[in-house]
Amino acid sequence: MKYIDEYRDPQLARGIAAQIARRVTRPWVLMEICGGQTHTLVRYGIDELLPPQIRLVHGPGCPVCVTPLETIDKAIALAGHSDVTLVSYGDMLRVPGSRTDLFHAKADGADVRVVYSPLAALRIAVQQPGRKVVFFAIGFETTAPAHALTVQQAAREKLHNFSLLASHVLVPPAIRVLLESPRNRVQGFIAPGHVCTVMGWREYEVLAKDFRVPIVVGGFEPADLLEAIRMLVVQLEEGRAEVENQYARSVNRFGNLIAQRAMQEVFEVCDRKWRGIGPISGSGLRLRREFAAFDAEKVFALEDAEVQEPPECISAEVLQGLKAPTECPAFATRCSPENPLGAPMVSSEGACAAYFLYRRHDVLCAK
Amino acid sequence: MEENGSRMGRVQFGGISSLVSLDLVPEAQPGDFVLVHVGYAISRLDTEEAERTFRLLEEIGLLEAEGLDVLKTSSVE
Repeated sequence: MKYIDEYRDPQLARGIAAQIARRVTRPWVLMEICGGQTHTLVRYGIDELLPPQIRLVHGPGCPVCVTPLETIDKAIALAGHSDVTLVSYGDMLRVPGSRTDLFHAKADGADVRVVYSPLAALRIAVQQPGRKVVFFAIGFETTAPAHALTVQQAAREKLHNFSLLASHVLVPPAIRVLLESPRNRVQGFIAPGHVCTVMGWREYEVLAKDFRVPIVVGGFEPADLLEAIRMLVVQLEEGRAEVENQYARSVNRFGNLIAQRAMQEVFEVCDRKWRGIGPISGSGLRLRREFAAFDAEKVFALEDAEVQEPPECISAEVLQGLKAPTECPAFATRCSPENPLGAPMVSSEGACAAYFLYRRHDVLCAK
Repeated sequence: MEENGSRMGRVQFGGISSLVSLDLVPEAQPGDFVLVHVGYAISRLDTEEAERTFRLLEEIGLLEAEGLDVLKTSSVE
């Protein structure tokens, strides 16, 4: 496919990797935030193409993984209502809640449906006026505008049986928390190209300045990521800490202003708990009061409960880039995508799932 | 095409064709390349930037490929 295949050329990839090797003089730890980029890196073995001085650690950019356990329990509880149709992205179904998951709820007779777009959830609500349709709306800044437009459309169509269980998160506050942590070892970041397609990179300029850390907005194909890594290495070796844009074919400094406006009209910034990381102030989006009629938390008067993670799961450290998935004793033995202990093993953007898909044989052989 | 007040467009994804909302990229025209996320186009690819990035990458890649050839043909004595 055009603008995709050429960025997967192995010759090109080896060339950029060789440039990185020529440029690097010291060890550097780099983090990609986005789970989509994690999968590209592991799938194409990009970490193995790099010189040994470059260490890649994976960040918290998997929306399914950071959705709080409590919110998953709320979705499962809602799915248990006989008049509710719970609509979700497919990744959420196997994510373990505190006792069960949506997949088992569905097997037990709950009306749980998988869609690829919030517009499909809206259509279900139009077609089945007798059902209360709740859309489990999770995601980063990339996804929030789509959910905002869907809510606006539901309002225009005066739908009374459609609501969102919304759990949106924002990337820059999470990067700030990682950088403020005394355990932080990340020296350069690949910023998520799709989030920046919507938001631009102005927020990242503040982070680069405050923490003197270089940030490169990167794309999703192997050559994109290698080039982003090369740009970070050049900055680090030259002692610069700026925001640069590798993904210029989709991202500009200001982002998609129409998408930002839709987000602001429907959502407001709130504090949000991240699964595995904890509460981060100003890191979430919730529906504005004007849209309370579309807010499942309000419509169904849902309450927060305190719940515990399974003790064996190390996903908290994986999501902060402190440990690799393969350092987990349960990896590919007691924890697999079929029977996950934690969310990163389930999601198509989860770091544990990436290692399970592409690396588990190496790990099991080594064990 | 209009649907419930939204501008929709048919997009080909390497063999699969799907109807997506163009509300976030009103400038999109037939023949454009768009980035699609959960049923919404979120950007129109800048083809000039895409070509420029690729040429840059190719230059880096080729530069090194020549270097590799030299290595391949040299021998340890």
